[in-house]
Amino acid sequence: MADEFLSVHDLSVSFGTEGGVARVLDQVSLSMRAGEIMGLVGESGCGKTTLARAILGVLPDNALIDSGTLTFDGADLLHAGATEHIRGRAITFVPQDPFGSFSPLFTVGDQIAELMRWKSPDRSPGERFYARARRSADMERTLALLRAVQLPEPERLLRKYPHELSGGQRQRVMIAMALLPEPKLVIADEPTTALDVTIQAQILKLLRRLATERGASVLFTTHDLGTAWEICDRVTVMYAGQEAETAEVVDFFGRPRHPYTRMLLDSLPTQGAALRGIPGEVPSPYAPPPGCRFHPRCPRATAICQDSHNAAVEPVAGHSVRCHHPHEWAAT
Amino acid sequence: MRLLALAARRCLWMPPTLLGLTLIVFSISHIIPSDPARVLAGENAPIEQVEALRRKFGLDLPLPQQFFRYVTDVVSGNMGISLYTQRPVADDLLERLPATFELAIYAMILAVLLGLPLGVVSALRRNSLLDHAVRVVTISGLAMAAFWLAILLQLLFSMKLNLTPVQGRIDGWGPDPITGFYTLDAVLRGDWEMLGSSLRYLALPVMPLAIPAMATIVRFTRAGVLNVMSSNFVFYQNAMGLPRRVVIWKYILRSALIGTLTQIGLVFGNLLAGAVVVEAVFSWPGLGTYAYNSILQSDYNAIMGFTLFTGTVFICVNLLVDIAQAVLDPRGR
Repeated sequence: MADEFLSVHDLSVSFGTEGGVARVLDQVSLSMRAGEIMGLVGESGCGKTTLARAILGVLPDNALIDSGTLTFDGADLLHAGATEHIRGRAITFVPQDPFGSFSPLFTVGDQIAELMRWKSPDRSPGERFYARARRSADMERTLALLRAVQLPEPERLLRKYPHELSGGQRQRVMIAMALLPEPKLVIADEPTTALDVTIQAQILKLLRRLATERGASVLFTTHDLGTAWEICDRVTVMYAGQEAETAEVVDFFGRPRHPYTRMLLDSLPTQGAALRGIPGEVPSPYAPPPGCRFHPRCPRATAICQDSHNAAVEPVAGHSVRCHHPHEWAAT
Repeated sequence: MRLLALAARRCLWMPPTLLGLTLIVFSISHIIPSDPARVLAGENAPIEQVEALRRKFGLDLPLPQQFFRYVTDVVSGNMGISLYTQRPVADDLLERLPATFELAIYAMILAVLLGLPLGVVSALRRNSLLDHAVRVVTISGLAMAAFWLAILLQLLFSMKLNLTPVQGRIDGWGPDPITGFYTLDAVLRGDWEMLGSSLRYLALPVMPLAIPAMATIVRFTRAGVLNVMSSNFVFYQNAMGLPRRVVIWKYILRSALIGTLTQIGLVFGNLLAGAVVVEAVFSWPGLGTYAYNSILQSDYNAIMGFTLFTGTVFICVNLLVDIAQAVLDPRGR
């Protein structure tokens, strides 16, 4: 598709550890359109953070890319590696941990200035000196964006050290830093997990609004279905290193087709109903079940589910599901 | 401003720390079953003479009173008379101070200049051949006793190869001191022959002090760099594509240095302790040789003076380290 600007196809990634080889991504496919807010949901350990890291080009040293392709705006990210123009410019990052993601030894202003020195939209490739004119233009831009993320007195804030800021303030600065290079794609890896629940919604809505205003797409990983519902345009759910289902947010929550999605949504607590879990356990990535990794827990599983996982059912209205026995697509 | 307040606060802690140190030094030297009055008077002196000396030096007073006297004396710069040199201990110490400091400072400079880059490089190239080689050198450096290394170096370079002088600090009698640091004096005078001579004498004694100090610095720097490399802010900076050299030499190194800096303060203490035996091996006319001789002669005032003096130096160095650390790390302020 021409409007797909991020495309992950059949990506498999393994980690070599002392306990053996763990295949944390198993033939994952995913595509994003320009300008959309995409949610990547799943339980801890389902591989969503690894996928985010693969796109950012910062997989850990023990990661092995077994197969697949990863293209962004026509560039091969997987093998060519993210270049200077992509990493931190076209693709930026909002980390999970706003506490540890600043160096404690430099002021917030110094760290933003460092980013802008290398990643400012005004910087021409190979520029070695941080010219005064560019520096002051970058400063203007920084102050404007800090106001946009609703941080009061940005001039004073720049002189502070990270530990003098609250968690919410730090994450607002992180969002500002992710938007300052005017990226096409922001990868936000559980950006609010470390924050108080009351602040989470504010920050997420802010991220969504600012990214949309600036025409940036956001790939947003979360284990919280509620936040995915609130801010995403589309949602992909992953289970044990495989993607299960991708749909518009309304369809995803309204008429899910993958048995895992259904059971996941059913397990959400509702008023007056007893808590329901999914029987069984998430498989170990060291010895995953063959084929579809959900089949040992799946009530609809048959023999074919053990053989292959590749059967992606032809998407209906952009609703794709990777299952041999999906629930019928209910037209409403 | 906050930095000044911190420095002031830390300085306020110095007198009580020193008082504690004095108490320990004083107690140890008075627990030792030996009678300074008897030592002073000589083995065959009549008992009356010993008693007279005892009264003269206040050794008949109760211990707390003696301690009080010692402290008030020390505060006014009087550390007693050395039995061995028959001179005020304070004068002896001050006279020998530059020789030891020259040795210690050169050892420290060498240790830091070699240790920091080696530590950083072996962390960056973890488990490479270089890293393993550095590890072998540093572990051996820590395992070898300073006096043994000193004797070994002396045997090899002075006796066998005839490259360096066996012992002493300079050819001839040595110049009239300006600062007492011979290399500095030589530069101040523009006397290059003297500079060469003092450097040749320095070369060997510096080694057994510098090698263990360097080993400690390498190991702490390496561990510090590895630790910081796996921290979240380094991951963030990589994900945002900051140039690798900026991440390493600006952000990682500065964080890792804070841990190394604390070690440098402690290493300096080890260096002063090591100086005692190393100076004795090379007959280096510094505090170490003085302490060594005092111990052999049961010269209590001198031993107490030396311990108190080096203790004070150690506390001062660590005070400087604390301040430097606060400059580097805003969280501690």
